[in-house]
Amino acid sequence: MATSPVTPVEEYQSLLGVLPGQDLAWLRDLRDGALRRFSDRGYPTPRDEAWKYTNIAPLLKQSFIPSFSVEQPHKVLPTDIATSLFADADMPLAVFVDGAFNSALSNLSALPPGVELRSLREVLDHDGASLESLLVGMTPQEPHGFIELNTAFMFDGACVRIAPDTVAERPLHLLYVSSGAGQPVASYLRNLMIAGRGSRAAVIEHYVSLGDAAALCNVATHCMIEPGAALEHYKLNEEGAGAHHFAGLYVEQARDSRYVSHNVAVGGRMIRNDLRCVLAGEGAECVLNGLYLGRGREHIDNQTSVEHRVPHCSSREWYKGVLDGRARGVFSGHVMVRQDAQKTDAQQMNNNLLLSDEAEVDTRPQLEIYADDVKCSHGSTVGQLNPDVLFYLRARGIDEIQARRLLVTAFAQDVVGRMAIAPVREWAERLITARLAR
Amino acid sequence: MILTPWDVRKIMGETSRNLEHLIDREYKAGFVTDVEQEIFPPGLSEDIVRQISAKKGEPEFMLEWRLQAYRHWLTMSEPRWAHVNYSPVDYQSISYFSQPKQDKDRPKSLDEVDPRLIETYEKLGIPLREQEMLAGVAVDAVFDSVSIATTYRGKLAELGIIFCSFSEAVREHPELVRKYLGTVVPPGDNFFASLNSAVFSDGSFVYVPPGVRCPMELSTYFRINAANTGQFERTLIIADEGAYVSYLEGCTAPMRDENQLHAAVVELVALDNAQIKYSTVQNWYPGDENGRGGIYNFVTKRGLCRGINSHISWTQVETGSAITWKYPSVVLQGDNAVGEFYSVALVNNYQQADTGTKMSHVGRNTRSTIISKGVSAGHGQNTYRGLVKVLAGAEGARNYTECDSLLFGDRCGAHTFPYIEVKNRAAQVEHEATTSRISDDQLFYCMQRGLSREDAISMIVNGFCKQVFKKLPMEFAVEAQKLLGISLEGAVG
Repeated sequence: MATSPVTPVEEYQSLLGVLPGQDLAWLRDLRDGALRRFSDRGYPTPRDEAWKYTNIAPLLKQSFIPSFSVEQPHKVLPTDIATSLFADADMPLAVFVDGAFNSALSNLSALPPGVELRSLREVLDHDGASLESLLVGMTPQEPHGFIELNTAFMFDGACVRIAPDTVAERPLHLLYVSSGAGQPVASYLRNLMIAGRGSRAAVIEHYVSLGDAAALCNVATHCMIEPGAALEHYKLNEEGAGAHHFAGLYVEQARDSRYVSHNVAVGGRMIRNDLRCVLAGEGAECVLNGLYLGRGREHIDNQTSVEHRVPHCSSREWYKGVLDGRARGVFSGHVMVRQDAQKTDAQQMNNNLLLSDEAEVDTRPQLEIYADDVKCSHGSTVGQLNPDVLFYLRARGIDEIQARRLLVTAFAQDVVGRMAIAPVREWAERLITARLAR
Repeated sequence: MILTPWDVRKIMGETSRNLEHLIDREYKAGFVTDVEQEIFPPGLSEDIVRQISAKKGEPEFMLEWRLQAYRHWLTMSEPRWAHVNYSPVDYQSISYFSQPKQDKDRPKSLDEVDPRLIETYEKLGIPLREQEMLAGVAVDAVFDSVSIATTYRGKLAELGIIFCSFSEAVREHPELVRKYLGTVVPPGDNFFASLNSAVFSDGSFVYVPPGVRCPMELSTYFRINAANTGQFERTLIIADEGAYVSYLEGCTAPMRDENQLHAAVVELVALDNAQIKYSTVQNWYPGDENGRGGIYNFVTKRGLCRGINSHISWTQVETGSAITWKYPSVVLQGDNAVGEFYSVALVNNYQQADTGTKMSHVGRNTRSTIISKGVSAGHGQNTYRGLVKVLAGAEGARNYTECDSLLFGDRCGAHTFPYIEVKNRAAQVEHEATTSRISDDQLFYCMQRGLSREDAISMIVNGFCKQVFKKLPMEFAVEAQKLLGISLEGAVG
């Protein structure tokens, strides 16, 4: 990345031939434009309001090479990823290794009818025109350096289409593996999810690493929720101690649609999620459910934004954080109610638990309201485990570790409880317990 | 202000009776700019700073201090992060010094004052004598107030309390000024504070000696020579160990001023076991109903709880100014220190307010409370912006924040931007905010019981703000309630 003599701009020029969608002029323009904006503005700094609490300067001292420029990609075996799979063998699975689709590890035969999953690279190479309006249309409102680089370098990702009126019984498991072998690599992933009119589906975006080597993952996901559709979207971050993860999630909801996001971040040196949800059709509803558990020197930054553009929409947001060690948790929740969005019902809550003296939390709930007939509220708390409650449990023979585990599990329970898919819920519960086993 | 307490029902009756002729916001500048007045040419330079200092006969250290601030200001740029829009201020077109008005330029009696202004005074229930004061009637015509002020000053002097203009303090008590000036808001703190430090005209100075409880509410009102302190006011209040003082700034009566930019600085210092209570009612000219004109109020207010068990509380009612940029803050340095912020901010027409507070918890067991009530009407934009910061050493710090917004009409905005930074696990921080409008059910309930729509709204709004009004000195609270009703007129119904 930055300090290596190769700048992203030079890198782009030398690697242009490797990127998919060579013969698409619009894609070339899109990539060029993003790169131009990046070279004008560069990486975000703490002087940018949205990056006030996340300083990426140390990261820029390391160098990462784009994953697709690696000549001998690391081979990942099914046994390597076995522990990352959910206890449901029939769950359709798509595996991406270091930012590229791996069909040998995937299991797409289990895809239910009406659900299509293709690799973005393949679509761009063979059927690119079908993605033009989607990709061009998803430029975020306030793009920062990482998003621009993602657009310039997007290489692969999952392209999911749910046909209208399909009810997918099994969730789709998208597993992104960082192999950590060889030189540190940067993966540029772009996912597209289109939930057709009246459809119902669940997708699990799951990020893991094989070890604690340094890696950078830059991912952008775009979800289009068509009228009356419902999408349940899980984003699970369970990477190694050397992982840097920058994700953008852009959701656009049409009339009477429902979008539920479960965002769980439990591992990685630095995780940054930019989640933006636009309620563009009346009667749309979104639920943003989040949990972040930090320890060691982990840095987890969730920036969420919900925009109510039209009347009669509702949004709910619940984010909870547990910070231990020297971890730092950052939360920003922006709710914007446009002038026309009367009868909006927006609620937001962020609760944080600090388990150690060095842990830090910076939280910033924000309401920006231009309509009067609305019900909006937000709340935010920071505190520690209640010593009286701990004492109560210990007085009844429960040792301190057990008691703390019990209380933290209870604290996170409502977030975990909102997850509809049982294997994921169990995974989350196991993880919480494992992380508190000290 | 000295007022007999009002019966709430009576107030409400009066407010509604006069509804149609509300406070007229179209007034032209009531004070004529006087050619004979001594005014510096527009523009700012080191020379101007030197001249201001010379004019005021300041000691050398003051001049140095101003010059340093000025040089620092040159390196700074105007902050743009606030949620407000205004045309840029040309700092070179402002005149940075003008002598206070001479008596001969003032109106000789109330008959010469804009009748609409008088009408507003009457609505607020301000006694005649005070009306004369506020309207700037020549001092000799209001000798009663002069004698009141003199009596009060005598009483204060007996207790060793220093209460005088800033210029006087610089001349008479340079050691105190030197010791405390800039210790809370350093000259390089922010763009507007730097500007103020370089060119401040005058202001108030209060020093309460150890163990003294100031027996009355101090107010600039009792300081006759405080009239027209100008646009760059500087206030410094020091409560020495175990002292207590309550200070009132501003008044409910509409204030006119030909200066558009106001950049004041207020510094409070509370030593061990001291308490300072600072209340503000601000009703500067807000501009006309189309958003033309109006005061830019860019104020830096900060209190330092330096000693153990010290206590600083800010209470503000902000209804005026076209643009308000104001964050009365408390640095809780001493152990067990307490900081409080109670605020009502109201915007109507095209007013914009970006206001809130900063509570920095440094000492152990420090506590802070923030209650902010925002009312938006017309095209007004009301923003709460606050920071609660708990440093690693602030063991057992506690904060409670509540920000509520009330909206009238579909063209206004209410925004809440709190920042919470916690570095200590034994801290407990809570923030909550709600936004809503007056529900039809509430209105119906009141109107069904015979209240007019305006009275019902006034009552609901006053109920909404009650938590803050409770903290104001009683006379102030009564006027503030009425002021809110008046300021909202035209916005309701």
